[in-house]
Amino acid sequence: MTRKQARDIIQVQIYREPNRVKKYDAIVVGAGHNGLTNAAFLAKAGLDVLLVEKNDYIGGATVSLKKHKDWVYSNCSYVCSLLRPEVYRSLNLAKYGLQVVPYGGSATISQNGDYLGSYVDPDVSRREMARLSPRDADAKVRFDRDIMRQCRFIRQFLLRTAPDPTSFKPRDLMEMFYMGKQLLNLGEDVIYDMMRLYTMSISEYLDEYFEHPLIKAAKAGSGIIGSAMGVMSPGTAYVLLHHAMGDVDGTMGAWGFARGGMGAIAQAMADCFEDHGGELLSGSGVEQITVRGGKVTGVALENGNEYQADVVVSNMTLPRTFLECMDQNDLEPDFIRKVKNFKIRGSSGKLNFALDGLPKFTALEDNPELIKGDLHLVDTVERLELAYDDWKNGSWSKDPYVDMLIPTLTDPTMAPPGKHFMSVFVQYVPPKVNGEDWTSDHRDQFGQTVIDKIESYAPGFKDLILHVEIRTPRDLEDDVGLTQGNIFQGELTMDQLLFNRPIPGYAQYRGPAKGLYMCGSSNHPGGGVMAAPGANAAREILRDMRKPKSVPEGWIDD
Amino acid sequence: MKAIDYSNKTHYRTKAFHSPFYSRQEPMNQLKEWGRWSDYLSPHAYSCASMEYFACRNACSVFDLTPMTKYHISGKDALAYLNRLVTRDVSKIKPGRVGYCVWCTDEGRVIDDGTIFHLSENEYRMCSQERHLDWLLTNTIGFDVSLTEETHEVAALALQGPTSCATLKQMGLEGVENLKPFGIRYFSFENTQLMVSRTGFTGDLGYELWIDPDHAEVLWDRLFEAGHLHGIQAMGDEALAMLRVEAGFIQAGHDFMPAHQTVRVSHTRSPYELGLGWLVDFKKPNFNGRKALLAEKEHGHRYNLVKLDIEGNKSACDSYVFTKNKKLVGTVTSATWSPSAKASIALATLEAPFGRPGEELLVEIYYQKELKWSRVMARAVVVSGVFFDPPRRRQTPAADY
Ligand SMILES: Cc1cc2nc3c(=O)[nH]c(=O)nc-3n(C[C@H](O)[C@H](O)[C@H](O)COP(=O)(O)OP(=O)(O)OC[C@H]3O[C@@H](n4cnc5c(N)ncnc54)[C@H](O)[C@@H]3O)c2cc1C
Repeated sequence: MTRKQARDIIQVQIYREPNRVKKYDAIVVGAGHNGLTNAAFLAKAGLDVLLVEKNDYIGGATVSLKKHKDWVYSNCSYVCSLLRPEVYRSLNLAKYGLQVVPYGGSATISQNGDYLGSYVDPDVSRREMARLSPRDADAKVRFDRDIMRQCRFIRQFLLRTAPDPTSFKPRDLMEMFYMGKQLLNLGEDVIYDMMRLYTMSISEYLDEYFEHPLIKAAKAGSGIIGSAMGVMSPGTAYVLLHHAMGDVDGTMGAWGFARGGMGAIAQAMADCFEDHGGELLSGSGVEQITVRGGKVTGVALENGNEYQADVVVSNMTLPRTFLECMDQNDLEPDFIRKVKNFKIRGSSGKLNFALDGLPKFTALEDNPELIKGDLHLVDTVERLELAYDDWKNGSWSKDPYVDMLIPTLTDPTMAPPGKHFMSVFVQYVPPKVNGEDWTSDHRDQFGQTVIDKIESYAPGFKDLILHVEIRTPRDLEDDVGLTQGNIFQGELTMDQLLFNRPIPGYAQYRGPAKGLYMCGSSNHPGGGVMAAPGANAAREILRDMRKPKSVPEGWIDD
Repeated sequence: MKAIDYSNKTHYRTKAFHSPFYSRQEPMNQLKEWGRWSDYLSPHAYSCASMEYFACRNACSVFDLTPMTKYHISGKDALAYLNRLVTRDVSKIKPGRVGYCVWCTDEGRVIDDGTIFHLSENEYRMCSQERHLDWLLTNTIGFDVSLTEETHEVAALALQGPTSCATLKQMGLEGVENLKPFGIRYFSFENTQLMVSRTGFTGDLGYELWIDPDHAEVLWDRLFEAGHLHGIQAMGDEALAMLRVEAGFIQAGHDFMPAHQTVRVSHTRSPYELGLGWLVDFKKPNFNGRKALLAEKEHGHRYNLVKLDIEGNKSACDSYVFTKNKKLVGTVTSATWSPSAKASIALATLEAPFGRPGEELLVEIYYQKELKWSRVMARAVVVSGVFFDPPRRRQTPAADY
């Protein structure tokens, strides 16, 4: 794909005026990657599907956008690993132009000028860790094994509907039985470990394996990404797992770039959807999901248009679906209370840079391998915990955790040759500043905090900045519709995972009205560019319609 | 000096380091085929694996084993420490002796196998395939021992084969012929100390030579000088793979999965399941895995690691093993044509109780002739001894050929 083609991809806008009186088999609300996945599976199964997106671009948080000249930003999500390979194949995303290219390595740079590198070559990686702590380098074998054991267990449930443990339906009982059986297969140690891993903090968990502060800090980061929790908060160990359970080409835990930016994923899904006859309508959001007599009847758009269907699928967050897009009289008070209590606190922000050249991190000494991977600027877990303290106090972290990547070192399509796009994910950023809405002044100050921090590790960085897009939780809510700016459409804590996601009794993608379904990351198995909620919801919808099975289920690996 | 050093950040530029013998190996390696053994480049074969194999069985061959992981254990509690760590009774390995051993998790699952060298009173070296610093240090709790890794501080060569003793004598190691199997002797050599142990991974007469890396090259040179008239040849890992299967030696990562790396818990093995029950000594009061192994001894184990003699001459690598009634009972983990036994041989893991000596089985072998694949269900029989076991292996004083 040429850069021009990549550019074209992100600029497609499909305006089609659907037939007003026509009734669709299903309407999907939101063209995030889960809405797209869902719509594509429904269309592929032969349904007449309308997909409605409020923005004039598609993808939600899985998007490539041009904000500055020839630069393409993955302006929300930026790396791909969780995307279920079964969905990739089943929707034939390769045919629709998607290419996921693995990248390797990472560096965690400390203030004293040293770093911990992680390399594509496992022996080099081991020696690098041994450089800091020979003991930790060997302990990593055990750590990887234990994480992998847990990932293997979880992975089999990603493309399965969670059973309702209170139900006596044969299907739920069988699924509970299946889960129990898989659990017992793990062996007692792994079962004990699981209970601990799901309830511990990432900091405590790492203490059980490692001794070197920088090694612990390097590993701790993925325990807090997207979480309104600190490295010392119980529950963060699971978040690490959530980031380790994906794969690229069968390599578990590996991450890659979607060529052309994350929007290439959404675009391939959209092309698949349209290829199967689906209709995509973007540029006007759903104002209300209409219900009559406990059954959905369709949607009413902000632009006044109305569309009918007996099935409406929401890709929006749980609160947005029920508190903003439905008549509260169509819902029951207990349900509304639970939706209001759904934990969806924003904690992340992002800076997207167009750079005139490659930044030089002093510590990296022009290491050409590490600069291609994730870069982190942190020394200790304590420093990460302090970053969280700022969030609790209603402010962005003064010394934030950043996950930086320069995709253009791998992907030639996103910036002119020699120029770079740099993606900087920032933790922690609060949904409100000291209880007040974000102002543009705040946003600039937040951006400056991050830029100053990078500059102090990479002198001259500021001079390279041609353009920067600063995204606060508020922007994420306003643009993408992520309530409070939570990147996962709801926090990944035990109380709202599996059969409790999003809320007890509604974990099987069905809403409280007949014909109403949910397919966004608010649902099992949660956030990330995974496409699992979208696929699982499609499977349930088709099941209710008694259509033959056409959505992949379970796990093809062992 | 250390053989390699990665204390500098720039170490990443070297993906595989040169062994201290590299300057001598490189010109001999006519094939220029290098594999990687942990931190080092290691030749698969220098000129022809089969010739290197025969050098070892017929004359002598040199294999560089510097990359093997080595730990140095010393201190007042060194013996007590090792006795807690491994399953066998280490007090029986007297100073100047070497013992083969396995060590297990609390659950009695094998972490690795290796050799313990009793260098002198309260001083040991432990050699293994995998790395275990974290585990070994965890085990030091409560013991007055000091434990350090010395992989890169010791250069090592294996000199194996019937003329190995003659070669060492020729090199000036006086009295080396009197060294018993599993014995250690120290010699002064080129102003340094050369440690010689009568050990090896080939099941033949053979020695392993241990020296500081600075003297690696001179050791190599002197060895080849001395061995010149005794048929000495350098040997790569391909030949060694054949030799060790003939000798019935198992290898981590091939014949069993080290427990610390094993994601699927049921894929770990106990010493009994590897045919190493003889290494478990319950007379010791306590050692890692004791309780679990005692229970296993009582209730039986799940697998048997066996040696198979397979009819025909097709390599049985990665094959399924069936009973005569075509019930699938296991897989081959290592296999080779044995040029010395003139037989197709294999190590296999079978579900217990299958694998009793003399039991007849079938091995499903896929083989290719001029690109066409065929399949044969080859008859195989479980053998109890090793495939090649020459008397010279044990004979002391060692003969000249
Ligand atoms: C800054 C950031 C960085 C991230 N980084 C990564 C990463 O690197 N890797 C990774 O795997 N995950 C990452 N994530 C998480 C991941 O991107 C999201 O969890 C995932 O994309 C959510 O997909 P979704 O389809 O469930 O929902 P969304 O992407 O939220 O899609 C919802 C869609 O609904 C639309 N919508 C909302 N309201 C209406 C309405 N009323 N009418 C019509 N349409 C409406 C929205 O515009 C949007 O298109 C990141 C997220 C963010 C925000």
